[in-house]
Amino acid sequence: MTQYKKPNVKVLKAKKMASSFISTILKLGVCIMFAFPFFWMISTSFKTYAESLQFPPTLWPEDFTLQAYITVFEKLELGSYLMNSIILVVANTALMVVIMVPAAYVFAKYEFKGKDFMFSILMVAFMVPTCLTFISIFRMFAHANMLNSLWPQILPCICNAYGIFLLRQNFMQIPEELIESARLDEANEWQIITKIMLPMAKSTMATIIFLSVTGTWNSYFWPLVMTISDEYRPLTIAIEKLKGLESGLVWPNVMAGNLVLLLPVIVVFLFASKKIIASMAYRGVK
Amino acid sequence: MKKKVNILRKLFPYVMVIPTMILLAVFVFYPLVNMVYLSFFDYNLIKEKTFCGLDNYYRIFFIQTDFRDAFLNTLIYMAGTTFFLLFLGLVFALWLQRDSKFNAIAQRLMFFPNICAGLAISLIFQWLMDDEGLFNMVLGFFDIAPLRWLNDSTTSLLSVMIVAIWKGIGYYALILLSSVKSIPTELIEAADLDDAGKIRTFFKITLPMLSPQLFFLLITLTINSFKVFDSVRLMTGGGPGNSSDVLVYWIYRYSMEYNKYGLACAGGTVLLVILLILTVVYFRVIGKKVHYQ
Repeated sequence: MTQYKKPNVKVLKAKKMASSFISTILKLGVCIMFAFPFFWMISTSFKTYAESLQFPPTLWPEDFTLQAYITVFEKLELGSYLMNSIILVVANTALMVVIMVPAAYVFAKYEFKGKDFMFSILMVAFMVPTCLTFISIFRMFAHANMLNSLWPQILPCICNAYGIFLLRQNFMQIPEELIESARLDEANEWQIITKIMLPMAKSTMATIIFLSVTGTWNSYFWPLVMTISDEYRPLTIAIEKLKGLESGLVWPNVMAGNLVLLLPVIVVFLFASKKIIASMAYRGVK
Repeated sequence: MKKKVNILRKLFPYVMVIPTMILLAVFVFYPLVNMVYLSFFDYNLIKEKTFCGLDNYYRIFFIQTDFRDAFLNTLIYMAGTTFFLLFLGLVFALWLQRDSKFNAIAQRLMFFPNICAGLAISLIFQWLMDDEGLFNMVLGFFDIAPLRWLNDSTTSLLSVMIVAIWKGIGYYALILLSSVKSIPTELIEAADLDDAGKIRTFFKITLPMLSPQLFFLLITLTINSFKVFDSVRLMTGGGPGNSSDVLVYWIYRYSMEYNKYGLACAGGTVLLVILLILTVVYFRVIGKKVHYQ
């Protein structure tokens, strides 16, 4: 015979408290697990070489020094690499927008012969990774004698198939009547794009531009294969070079350079993490 | 006059898409065709290029063992990272699904590595996994023999995979979290009323509701893991030996470092075929997803 047991309220409460306590501790552990590597980078970058290898390690430098930063900027002339990175981010993003917006607009709002075919070409191109095209593209630029310029890092990167797709989806949701009434008011295509389409697709544009900026800033593979001289290399390649700057691996130097590379990303994330996360979640679910 | 305007109107969409189409032709489709074409030639920078049929393919599959190593390593990398990113992503999504300040902070911290350069993350972990790095110091503190992480052929690929999982987990947790939140609450409440138990609710309701999203992520992850390059080149250089070599790094070395373009292109073509098959599956899934909505 089974008897219905009255649940003991006290035990239940204690159990609940214990489990929420454990959950909190575990969550704290997760936070540390994801924040600590960044903290360690920052901490190491202010240490002397000797202190960076000291056992037991110090959590925060006892002998706080900016030596690593001075070395990195003086010996490697990080400034010129930084300039290349900035030029590439600005040029690639600006040219991408110039090419993307008109294409997205006609794919969304126009009917023309060959549209479906061109759109499927776009979708196929979106799936082709750069790790398959770089050999031929490198040879192409070598033949054209353009390897001594920033073009190999700009031209192949400004047609954003995925961006065109996202923006088209957004443009398609904009009611036809709006455009029609603008046309009746004698608005030209340029005005329709800049006064109606773009303002209504602000958040999509922001997402695409954010991805392009971080993508260019962070890119390593493409500059690695498309450059033959330091003059045209961006920051990422310079940071890798820090490993061989002095005899033996001086980790404070590498971490100092690393922090210079990450700083803009950290600042942007501190101010806009909510928006960034929301747009990424939306993009992934779509 | 009117006719002219008409023609202009008809031409307008073509003018708008032509820059895109030219760029795609020059920087996507021509290079692909060219790669497949070159894969049938014995071609390096010193010699004239000569047609050699399927010789390159024969060589990479049956004579040179490094391609096979890279291929197998890529498969291991793919299986490991895909499984753990989906599994842990789901665990974190379910665990952090309640809206609270603490959960939001944890989520943000987890997501942050995603927008960082792969290079930066690779270098930080290379330092942590260094022979004299923090991981070994911590092991030493507990009197455990130090591991050689990236410098040992048994752990190098695994170490690269750990970093990839650490970097990617926040993104996949985030996406799964928003699909968990899109499950109608009535369903979960109804199960609660029926005393279904947490585990049964998960397997009978949550998991089936998430399965389209999970499958979609599975394909994306599979495709993406074939493209791994940055972390391998930076952290291990494919070594020790070929223990952590992967396909893209193999293609990179044979083209940019050894100048054996024919072989590199044959390797690239193999990768292209794999990605092609996966892409067909991917579009089938997307088609189905749209159909169900």
